Amino acid sequence: MDALKFIQINPEINTNILLPFVWVIVGLIAFYAGIKNLRDEENPSRIGTAVFWCSFGIVTALGTWLPAKVSGALVIIMCLPPIFKKVKRGRVDDPTKEYTKQTYGKIGMKIFIPAFTVAIFSLFFALTSNISSMFCITMGVAVAVIVLMCYNKDNKPKVFLDDSERFLSLMGPLSMLPQLLACLGGVFTQAGVGDVVAEIVGKVVPKGNVNVGIIVFAIGMALFTMIMGNAFAAITVMTVGIGGPFVLAYGANPVIIGMLALTSGYCGTLCTPMAANFNIVPVAILNMKDRWGVIKNQVVVAVIMLTVQICYMIAFK
Amino acid sequence: MELIKLIGVLIVVVGFALKLDSILIIFLALVSTAIVGGLGVGGFLESVGTNFVANRSMAIFVMVLLITGTLERNGLKEAAADLMRKVKGATAGRLICAFGVLRAVFGAFNTGFGGVAGFIRPVFMPMAEGAVTSHGYEANEDHMEDVKGMVAAMENITWFFFQVLFVGGSGGILVQGTLATLGYEVELIELAAAEIPIALIALVVACVFFLIKDKKLMKKYYGAKGTKK
Repeated sequence: MDALKFIQINPEINTNILLPFVWVIVGLIAFYAGIKNLRDEENPSRIGTAVFWCSFGIVTALGTWLPAKVSGALVIIMCLPPIFKKVKRGRVDDPTKEYTKQTYGKIGMKIFIPAFTVAIFSLFFALTSNISSMFCITMGVAVAVIVLMCYNKDNKPKVFLDDSERFLSLMGPLSMLPQLLACLGGVFTQAGVGDVVAEIVGKVVPKGNVNVGIIVFAIGMALFTMIMGNAFAAITVMTVGIGGPFVLAYGANPVIIGMLALTSGYCGTLCTPMAANFNIVPVAILNMKDRWGVIKNQVVVAVIMLTVQICYMIAFK
Repeated sequence: MELIKLIGVLIVVVGFALKLDSILIIFLALVSTAIVGGLGVGGFLESVGTNFVANRSMAIFVMVLLITGTLERNGLKEAAADLMRKVKGATAGRLICAFGVLRAVFGAFNTGFGGVAGFIRPVFMPMAEGAVTSHGYEANEDHMEDVKGMVAAMENITWFFFQVLFVGGSGGILVQGTLATLGYEVELIELAAAEIPIALIALVVACVFFLIKDKKLMKKYYGAKGTKK
């Protein structure tokens, strides 16, 4: 795959210029959301909401240069408003149906072009260069913004910023969950949680049989995800605890094993009411009578896919 | 063995089971793991800061949100609905598959067109009801309940298995970071490529399953001629 990569930049440009640039922009977007909510008189909790988005914005934008202790303190400050339920939605400026119909009439199917730009950029540069994918995504977003501005004169910079705030507020503090869970996984690993898990599993599962290791790893991911409700929470501990010592240590392909373990975990997500935003919230939104109505339709597919993935991992390890 | 080190995992499990606030659970798990690990206040802050900053890639979705809302404002949802109306001889089952294919493509490109609240409820459900009535039947309430469950399931299945195809998605980044702590260096694009066959199998399995299920439901609720005109 490396032969294709004809665009080569000095890796230091990635770490020292491009990535910090990306995080400053992301931080500013979040900071804008915080300030907008601070000034929004319709928001029932202006200060809490602003503290949440602004501290996230600062730690993201400046994390490259801040001492780790200061970043850690900012993360703790960021966690406080959601814990006390002080992050709220303010004024909502959803586009009206008339407006979106009218713009669709004008733009039509061409709207798919900016919708796919980001992924095309990220895929193209991943194949042809060593530029950080975070920066490629940023370039894709920039191009999509320009295309949208050309399509419709109403799309001014403020519209993009306000729309991003609208979606951030809609997603709320839960949008931070993946990053916080990844952070938790890192702290777990540093504290040696994975080693303890490996020791426990080692008492039950014989070391040395890779296929047994794969089966335990995949089913363990699915079960652990069902209990935690989130594959991201499970993957770090399970990979360090089972994937590493029982599968990868015997020469299995880390790309296939590591990645398919995550989607094996997703099979667990499909089966658990703990993953409320995927399996329970839709029941409410769609006014369904059966609380398990979504999960019931997912279990068969989840079991088939878990089996498929285990076979695939064993065959292509 | 230092079982006490598992206190953080225990808190996460019990916390989610008791439906406590997710961020509160993580907070408690972080603090207790730090105490058990004897990190001290300074070490705790340093560990949280280092790990949060190291995982900033997870926040790249904020960058993409810069266009998500404005795409919707400019008619992306309407375009997706129009594309689905092109399905020939539409039944609820076929519409669910068309939705799944479209959702899968969008998922692989890391975008969406509204999810359950933005698309399935306001756009898809009227289309599915229309598909039933176009065959000369009155939409049965229980059938529509099943359709809701099936299309919400399709949304989850396609999103889960196709978002991992996006190079730079949070799943791949997390796997890459975890493997790196074990000493295995892998590239995001390799991780995405490994999922291509799995994602396609998932889509086919889901489509076949829901087509068969809907055909049975049509028979059950509207009689044997279910899917014929």
